[in-house]
Amino acid sequence: MTHYEPEGRTPDPEEARLVDEVRAAGTEGRVLHIRGGSSKDGLGGTPRGSGLSTLGLKGIVDYDPAELVVTVRAGTPLADLQAELAAHGQMLPFEPPAWPDATVGGTVASGLSGPRRAFSGSVRDALLGVRLIDGRGQLLQFGGQVMKNVAGFDLFRLQAGAWGRLGVLLEVSFRVLPRPQSELTRVLQMDADQAIAHMNQLAGTPVPLSAAAWFGGLLHLRLSGSAAGVQAALSGVGGEPLDPLSAERLWADCAAQPPGFAETAAAAESVPLWRLAVPAATRSLAAEGEEAIDWCGGLRWLRTHAPAEAVRALATSLGGHATAWQNNLARPAMHPLDPVRQALHRRLFDTLDPDGVFDSGRFDADAAAVVAPAGA
Amino acid sequence: MLRHNGVMHTQAPSRPHAAAPQPAHRAPLLAALAAALPADALLTQPEQLGPYECDGLSMYRQPPLAVALPYAAAQVQAVLRICHAHNTPVVPRGAGTGLAGGALPSADAVLLSLARLKRIARIDALARVAVVEPGVRNAAISEAAAGYGLYYAPDPSSQIACSIGGNVAENSGGVHCLKYGLTVHNVLGVRGFLADGTPVSIGGEAPDDSGLDLLALMMGSEGLLAVVTEVTVRLLPRPRHAQVVMAAFATVEDAGDAVAGIIGEGIIPAGLEMMDALATRAVEDFVHAGYPLDAGAILLAESDGTLEEVADEIARIEAVCRRHGAVSLATSQSEAERLKLWAGRKAAFPAVGRITPDYYCMDGTIPKKRLSAVLRRIAELSEQHGLACANVFHAGDGNLHPLIFFDANQPGDVERAEAFGLDILRACVEAGGVITGEHGVGVEKLDAMCVQFAAPELSTFHAVKAAFDPAGLLNPGKAVPTLHRCAEMGGMHVHGGKLLHPDLPRF
Repeated sequence: MTHYEPEGRTPDPEEARLVDEVRAAGTEGRVLHIRGGSSKDGLGGTPRGSGLSTLGLKGIVDYDPAELVVTVRAGTPLADLQAELAAHGQMLPFEPPAWPDATVGGTVASGLSGPRRAFSGSVRDALLGVRLIDGRGQLLQFGGQVMKNVAGFDLFRLQAGAWGRLGVLLEVSFRVLPRPQSELTRVLQMDADQAIAHMNQLAGTPVPLSAAAWFGGLLHLRLSGSAAGVQAALSGVGGEPLDPLSAERLWADCAAQPPGFAETAAAAESVPLWRLAVPAATRSLAAEGEEAIDWCGGLRWLRTHAPAEAVRALATSLGGHATAWQNNLARPAMHPLDPVRQALHRRLFDTLDPDGVFDSGRFDADAAAVVAPAGA
Repeated sequence: MLRHNGVMHTQAPSRPHAAAPQPAHRAPLLAALAAALPADALLTQPEQLGPYECDGLSMYRQPPLAVALPYAAAQVQAVLRICHAHNTPVVPRGAGTGLAGGALPSADAVLLSLARLKRIARIDALARVAVVEPGVRNAAISEAAAGYGLYYAPDPSSQIACSIGGNVAENSGGVHCLKYGLTVHNVLGVRGFLADGTPVSIGGEAPDDSGLDLLALMMGSEGLLAVVTEVTVRLLPRPRHAQVVMAAFATVEDAGDAVAGIIGEGIIPAGLEMMDALATRAVEDFVHAGYPLDAGAILLAESDGTLEEVADEIARIEAVCRRHGAVSLATSQSEAERLKLWAGRKAAFPAVGRITPDYYCMDGTIPKKRLSAVLRRIAELSEQHGLACANVFHAGDGNLHPLIFFDANQPGDVERAEAFGLDILRACVEAGGVITGEHGVGVEKLDAMCVQFAAPELSTFHAVKAAFDPAGLLNPGKAVPTLHRCAEMGGMHVHGGKLLHPDLPRF
């Protein structure tokens, strides 16, 4: 069993450098945009300010598989972390998109989860603690390395999906899960509305589902668990088996964007792509554009020429929200907030980052003040 | 059984914001509340306030200025608006089962009970969600969903009485949280009001709210940020089958190794609980669950799922336990046997209550690998302080409940028990753990917060509080200590928990 001793808490030179940079930017009224591997540059607005790289923060700090906890520095390549976990038969529960050069810090900051999200939770669900530098240049630690912890507000979970707006992540701790003994994927031919009903009905029964996605006229269901449990569940699921290698590739692709969906779009390069979060049993959105479905119905990819306002209004009317994705210049990229939450965001930013050091415009759900960038 | 009269702490929590209101203040406030609420929804007479003077941490008692018992969200909003206009603190309360004094009133505050908002608004079986009011009991959600084959997974031990609103405030766990998560993992959205009565809606059925994850911030915020009047929860399919393995080990170390072995095997048990020798003996004398009396520790490991999944996991759990030197092993072969094996663990607190006049229940979390070291340290401290201590442990997630034996009628015992508890929490922090795993901070652990967090973190918590509640009127003085208090504190000082509801299972 590998065990990495936690490093001593003597000041780390790279962390000290980042603290100095943040403090200097605050003093001089400059904006910093935090960068890991730059793998998500195409998402959201083009950030303003000068780059602050976390790539000098590399390595796993503490990992004991029996604890189901790993602590890792923010600039560590996501692939390195996943390889280390896999070597011990474990994994991140939220199946993040594995773009080349993605870092652990960017994975947390973007808050993007893959197909397993609907069944074993999101990035923030797996997050147990963070160390970060706030807008005042203070080193702060929230949460810890244990699963049950109700001391203080959950400011560590707040970092997931915050796009670095609240601080520079230095180190994060995740809860990890054992890799399932067995995984099988089945494919069923049906239309979107049938698929939505089928996947949600199945998820209400004790079947070990770990992914349910529909695109290109096909429902894809993944079962994970003990070999006996998965085999026993197959009869209730039906469909045709997908070979393990293709299945693995398919779900990895889904974590970023459904693969078949991208290929079948004749005008993929010019039609704006949206990512909508909606209640799981929401009807098919096929009437509004080309649709792909993940997260057991909770995530809808929509490729449409419809105006941004119409897509936002659709998402809002369904009780959800819409994010501008590929080929999509709608700004802000994130779904605008209602005035009450917008005011809360503003007050949190003002108090945690009074000089606006991290106000790079990348995190733009809060602000009318964001200038629409030239391109994404 | 437990006695409460021996320990009376009258010290009020420090609260920087409001002084006790002058009588001149009180009359217009009460008049405004009376005008906004039905006659039976406002209590102001001293004899009416008695039941609200404490929550499950009964050693702290303080009647509030008045108690509001609204029937609907609009009345909650009215109470908040009126209190805000009169610069009067509001202390929200659910079922009052909390163990850390989170719902302890202050003399100048209106206690806002959400107990009458107990409607289950909607269950959507296809989408697997329930929308409920905050006063709905935790167990009532699962009861209402049972007809659909669904249930609400978090099961704090007080689940027959505690409310979902209180669960949100405390981020409650439960025996099954290793596999199914805490409240934060099972609540999809909340609606309610900020301190000034502004309506706020956070999260919902659509995953991953736009903007910051304010929903995560709300969970476990102990009523400091908003008052929740509607909660949307995720429902899960009820497992078809469950079995439990009871394994006895010669030493706590062996049992700890077996826990690591089970996790190392790639199994996440539905429940994984440990008791040391003293707790085991107390329990066996009380409920005769069939635990071996000569064991150094016993382990309960439950598997749930389909028949095939459970059969497979149980066989592997048994093999791991044997490999790690289990001296005896029993696996439930029926639902009756399963419940009997659990009965002992669930009766651990009352069982301990039978053999000691009083006890303090601590609530620290540690990395599992440090269990043996921390238990050795607790044994040393037990010698040093001259008080016995039984240990029950949510072994899967590292949450330790040491139960310190004392007799409040013996001069000096209370102080020794407090000092012992303080040393235990310090040992948890030193082992890389935290000062509360599931009971919350409330007023009980304000001092211990000073041990776990430094001034910059505490200041940040205060800043977050101020962003939601600039006037500082919502449950002020709870959950986060003032920097002043931490600076003044010579050493960590922790008050142990005492149970108000000895009839509720606590584990």
